[in-house]
Order: sequence, then C-alpha cells, then structure tokens
Amino acid sequence: MSARLRGTLLPVSLFLALALVPVFAKLGPESFILAIATRLVILALAAMSLDLLIGYGGLVSFGHAAFLGIGAYAVGILSSHGIDDALLQLAAALAGAALFGLLTGLIALRTEGVYFIMITLAFGQMLFFLATSLAAYGGDDGMTLSSRSQILGHDLLRSDAALYGLSLGALLLCYLLCRRLTASRFGRVLSGTRENRTRMEAIGFQPFRFQLVAYVMAGLIAGLAGFLFANQTGFVSPATMSWQRSGDLIFMVVLGGVGTLHGAVAGAAAFLLLEEVLSHWTEHWRILFGPLLVLAVLFARGGIAGLVGGRRG
Amino acid sequence: MSAALRLQGLCKSYGALKVSDGVDLAIEPGEFRAVIGPNGAGKTTLVHQVSGLARHDSGRILLDGRDIGALAMPDRVRLGLARSFQVTSILPGFTVRDNVALAVQARSGSSFRFWRDAAREPELNEPAAELLARFGLAHRAELPAGLLSYGEKRQLELAVALATRPRLLLLDEPLAGTSHAESREVVERLQALRGSLTILLVEHDMEAVFALADRVSVLVYGRVIATGTPDQIRADPEVRAAYLGEEAA
Amino acid sequence: MSLTLLALQALNGLQFGLILFLIAAGLTLIFGVMDFINLAHGVQYMVGAYLAAWFTAATGSFGLGLLLAMPTALAFGLLLEVLIFRHLYERSHLDQVLATFGIIIFLNEGVRLLWGSAPLSVPLPESLSGSIPLFGGISYPVYRLAIIAAGLGVAALLYGLVNHTRIGMLVRAGASNAAMVSALGINIRLLFTVVFGFGAMLAGFAGAMVAPILSVEPGMGDNVLILAFVVIVIGGIGSIRGAFLAALLVGLVDTLGRFIAPTLLRALLDPAAASQTGRALAPMLIYILMAAILFARPSGLFPVRR
Repeated sequence: MSARLRGTLLPVSLFLALALVPVFAKLGPESFILAIATRLVILALAAMSLDLLIGYGGLVSFGHAAFLGIGAYAVGILSSHGIDDALLQLAAALAGAALFGLLTGLIALRTEGVYFIMITLAFGQMLFFLATSLAAYGGDDGMTLSSRSQILGHDLLRSDAALYGLSLGALLLCYLLCRRLTASRFGRVLSGTRENRTRMEAIGFQPFRFQLVAYVMAGLIAGLAGFLFANQTGFVSPATMSWQRSGDLIFMVVLGGVGTLHGAVAGAAAFLLLEEVLSHWTEHWRILFGPLLVLAVLFARGGIAGLVGGRRG
Repeated sequence: MSAALRLQGLCKSYGALKVSDGVDLAIEPGEFRAVIGPNGAGKTTLVHQVSGLARHDSGRILLDGRDIGALAMPDRVRLGLARSFQVTSILPGFTVRDNVALAVQARSGSSFRFWRDAAREPELNEPAAELLARFGLAHRAELPAGLLSYGEKRQLELAVALATRPRLLLLDEPLAGTSHAESREVVERLQALRGSLTILLVEHDMEAVFALADRVSVLVYGRVIATGTPDQIRADPEVRAAYLGEEAA
Repeated sequence: MSLTLLALQALNGLQFGLILFLIAAGLTLIFGVMDFINLAHGVQYMVGAYLAAWFTAATGSFGLGLLLAMPTALAFGLLLEVLIFRHLYERSHLDQVLATFGIIIFLNEGVRLLWGSAPLSVPLPESLSGSIPLFGGISYPVYRLAIIAAGLGVAALLYGLVNHTRIGMLVRAGASNAAMVSALGINIRLLFTVVFGFGAMLAGFAGAMVAPILSVEPGMGDNVLILAFVVIVIGGIGSIRGAFLAALLVGLVDTLGRFIAPTLLRALLDPAAASQTGRALAPMLIYILMAAILFARPSGLFPVRR
C-alpha cells in the first residue's frame, strides 16, 4: 500500500541520514558537526516523548523540559559528588523523572484542557526555581561537568562519535518502542481518550490510569534525553529546563507533525537548522523566529510529516 | 429482590429545577422496558444517573441488588452496564472496526499491554467482525467512523454498547434524528435483542416504543406517573391527560 | 525576626498580590469567556512597563507617562487581537499555545532591539517618593502604598463592572456558557475584542505601575505570566473573585514564605542548612500550595463552569 510505504519512507530515510552523519562529519569540521548532530538527536528524543503525550494522549504538556532538566541534574549532581558511572547516573535520572512524573501527573491529570497546560507549566517552573536556588550545585549559573559519564569505569564516551552513537541508539530504540506502544492495546486506549473521553469511560476504561502511565513514560524518555544532554554540553544549568525550552519542544513536535513520532525528529532538525541559519544572520534572530512560529501555526497544518505524507488517519 | 435494575427515590436538582423527583422503577431480568415522557421530563438525566455520567442527589440505584450509586461510570460498565448516547458518541478517527474492537478490549484481559499490535489480535477483531456483521456494517469496517452516514453511526453506537457484553443496556433515544428507513432498521436490531438482556429504552417515537417494550413507564416532571403494558399505558386516562393528550392536542 | 518586619513583608505581599491580580483578572476573563489560552498576556505587562518608561523619559513626568501608556497599551492589545488572536479562537489549545509563544519570543526580542538588554530604570514621581510612618513605629514607602490603593481601586471597579453593568453580565454569562450568549444574538466577536483590549490594558497598567520599583527588562513578563496562571488555576478559570483571593494568597505566601521559611526551618536544622533549605524551598511554596488546592478541588476555589 502506497500510503503505508510513504509512512515508512520518511522515518527510514531520517534514521539513515542520521546514521551516515559520522561518515560525513569526517569531511568537515568533525567535532562541530557531531556536536550539532548529537544535540539534534537528543532534542528529537525529548520532542518524540512529548509527541507521545500531545499527539496520542491529547495532553499538551508545557512543562516537558523539566524532565530534561532532571536527567541533566542527575548527571551533574552525582558527578559533583564524584559518582561518574553512567549506569548509576542513568538510574538516578530515570528514577527522578518517574517520581516527578508520578507526583505532578497525579495532580495535573485530574484536570483537562487549559488547566492541564497551565499546571504543567507551573510545575516545570517550580523545578526551574528549585534548580536556581541550589547554591551547592551552581544556582543560577549551573555547573560544569569535569568529564563525561564513565561506562563500567571506562571513559568510552569521551569520543564524540561514541556519544553520538549512544544517543542515536537511544533514539532509535525509543522510537521503535513508541511505535509498538502506540499500536498496542495501551496506545489505543490513550488515543481513544484523546478523541472522546466520555465514550472511553462508557465502555469501561478509566482514562486517568492510562494517561498517568503515558505521562510517566514520556517523562522517562525525556529524562534519558536529559542524561545524554548533560554529557553532550558538559554543562548543567537551570536553563536546561526553562519554560522556553518546553515551548521549543512543543514547536518541534508541531513543526514535524503531531502524532507521527518520527515527525519529532524532522521537527528537531528543522528547529536546529532555523536556529543556526537565523542566528548566523543576526544576533536578534528571535525577532524572526517568533513570527515564523505564528505563521507556522496559522498556515502550515500537519507539519513536515504531513507534507511528506503518510500521516496517521 | 430479583429486579435487574431497581431505582429507589432517585432525586436530582439543578438549582431550583427538580429533574428527578423521587423516581422509583423496577425492571425484571430480561425485560424490555421503555420510558416515555414529554420534553424536559428528565429522561436523559435518568440514563445519565443510572450510567454514572451524572450523579444523583439522593436515592438508590441497584444493579442486580447491588447499590452502584457511588461508583464511577467505568466501574458500573465493568459490572455489566452499557449505554448509548442521544448525541452519537463514537471515536471519529478510529476505523469502524477499531471502535468496536476497543469496546471488546475493555472486557477482555488487561489493556496495560504495551508491545503487541492490537490491530492484529484475533481475540479483539473476531468478536468485532461478528458484531459489525450483525449490524450491517461489515462492509464499512475499514472506514474511519467519522465518515459514516448518520444512520450507520447510530448502528455503530449500538454495536459498541453490545461489544462490552452488558447485562443491562441503556438506550438514550437511539432513534433520534434518524430517517424513517434508518429507524426501521434500528427497531429491527432492537427487536432481535429482546430477551437476551435487560433493556431500558428512553425514546420519543411512540410507534417504536409500543412495538418494542414489554412494559412502559411514563415520566413527567421527574416522576414516574404510570407503569404498565403498552395497552395499559395507551388506555390510562392519567397518562392521556398528562402526556398523550398533549401530543394529540 | 521582629513583628514589624513581618508586617512590612505582609504589606509587600499584599502589594505583589494586587499586581498579580491586575494581570490575572484580564487573563482569567480571556480564558473564561473565549476558552483561549493566551501566553502573550505577560508580555503585555512588559509592554506596559516599557511604555511607561519611554513616555516618562519623553515627557519628564511619571504621571503623564502613565496616562499615555494606558491608552497605548490598550491600542497595542487591540492591534494584537485583530492581527493574530482573532484567528486563533477557533483553533486547538495547542495552536493557541504555540502562536502566543511565538508572540512572546518576538516581543521580548523586539524590546531588546529597541531599548537594549540592560534594565531601564524609571524615577519615582517626586510627590510619591518618600515613606510615611505607619503603626508601631514602622514606615512604608508611599509609592508602594499607592500601588496597593490603585490595585484595590481597580478591583472595586472591576467588581462593579462585572456585577452591575450590562457588559459585565454578558461577560459573566459568556464565562459560564459562551454558546448561550451568542445564541442570544449578542455580537460575541465584539465582546471578545472588548474583553481582550481591557485585559491587555489592565496588564499594561500593572506593568506601568511597577516600572519605578522594578527593573524594566526583556522577559520581565514571563515569570509574572506563570504566577498569573497559578493564580487563575487556584481561583478557578473565569472567576474574578477567585482571581482576587488567589492573587492575594499567592502574593502573601510567596513574599512571606521567603521570609519565614528559613526562620521556621532553623528550629529543625542548623542555621546554615536551614537558610539553604529555606531558600530552596521558598520559591516552590506557591506551586506546592497550588498542587494542594488542586488535589482537593480540581477546578479551583471558585469554579465558574457547571
């Protein structure tokens, strides 16, 4: 079926292109290209987890960067205490993300619509302020990591290519996981609730439980992204989880095409490209970026994935 | 206490407006009961209260002798209650089959399964296909439900309700807005369901009600003023005055 | 810790709460009447502050500056409504969030381009620059008292408008049932525009009022916006009364929390740890308050709908 073929064409070519990046990087300024590509992959991971909420759950979370921050701070805080084992840091990142997701989800998911948007935004801001007041961990200024995470005592991630490979692997794994998830029984209940909550309750589902699990899962993936993010930038600060970052993530999801998963990858790529191009042009690039956002909303529906085709019906 | 559904002194007010004013009702297992009444009599509110979409202020709702009044809608559904909506309530972006399959899923095993492709589960698809065939929608299975005609949506709504394998089915004006031909089809389906489960039908269409129901209750201003066989109800002077008379006038 | 200090902080909290109310009042009506989530409401506060700073510098008088800033803020709000917001009412919340987020980015950068990144300072008006003695030998800046008075005045005015005028009745009806209002044949578009412009002007007024006591800088509206969200969520969407009480609650809890939390913790921890934990905890207090209130009442203290 051609629609189905087109639906797989975009994700396959996106991942192929990403897999070839290290090869092409050798032709140019390698560390620069790898740094950008790693950043892209990590943001795509975070945006994809957000798409799980927005595109499938109908839950517009405006506090998703908080999970990114939790993952990053798990690395930063542990490494400042001399614990630089990747597995321990990752475990802390995931545990922190799950706990925060569970606690805030329990409250935010009791509400709907604009309430949900505002409450997730508020919880994200709460964590942001907590980070700024952690004087022991750099407060407003954040902290620089002494080294990247160690894997079983080896400094495997010191190579940029290795970190890129790990990030891309994580993205691919989570993408496949999310694909299965959205087509599973669980995913169907989630999407069904987005379309018609009352109907789902009338056939015996309790949407809250499904939404909560989805919210925690998305948080876990974003927490993983945060772990990678800290390693990529070598620096952790409250800005990692600013509310503007949450907005950027939403923009990536919408730009790429809501409810497609791979659209988040395209959206993150387009976002970084825009940022690079516009900021080369003028230091006040945001003055162009803002209106572009407004125009994208007003005129370009369906996002990049929608343009290429194969959008979920 | 053998009633499948028993309502005792059910009350509900919105501000000063009493929409249910001490409703008493007992429906026998396997009975087809219709509730009629003029607009604003509180018929839809009654369905909402029994199904759990709206809360009653006081009184009791007994399903097979068990008080379900404090339970949320999904919990009541799990005890064997299903309902249709007056305004069609389906998942427009899901295919017709998946609308039904999702309802099957609600009653078959856990939905906290994250890996297996639900669209390829025979456990869900086979019962769904069977129901679609019964409701004349088999040829529409792959179509997004939002694209169905109005009459087909009404049929789908019934198929979805039955897919949860209810013991008690609440129907909120299933004929509302249908054409004559469509309504005849729905009546046929309902006729075929008689006796297989307990049904509470709220409906405006007198012809359909008198053809289908074992017994009819008349609801006026939030109170049941009469209950009887269709013939008894037709002949009841109080009902004629309060309700049928108005229609004729 | 002295009682007078506590009283001063309470006054500061009251003043902060009233500023929050000015912002939240317009925002809650926009949410309530139009079901429209407007992230750009915070930048209207910033625009108000910049306008006041600019007109004050140009005319040499804060009073004149304020007087000119108000209608300009109103006009600016109306302009945004006509150009952009009006096309978003029918859209999903996701679209609204994203488009208004774009407006924030644009305006934050716009003021940076026009006035630079450095904070502007606005001189206090001569006549309001002193302090006056209050009870118990403490004195309090006259200007902050003026803000409190203005805030209370606007609250009273709003109360009168919403409860005792025809347009107020329509706004209340619109907040509880917008479909009904348009079914009555009211020009709902016009009502939206009026509510919108009015809300923008109130936010601009708040920004102009705080211009002399806070630094006027790009992004100053962002944090205030999120606090206004907290206020609205606590108060219940669409409820002016809820916004008023919640704004005062948030203002007091936030201000007093920063002051009291370290002191209270000193009873449990050693002084250094207490002050550090207190500083970390204090900014989270209002969010914890919000969470607690929502846990008990998911639609806020004074839900309007249903």
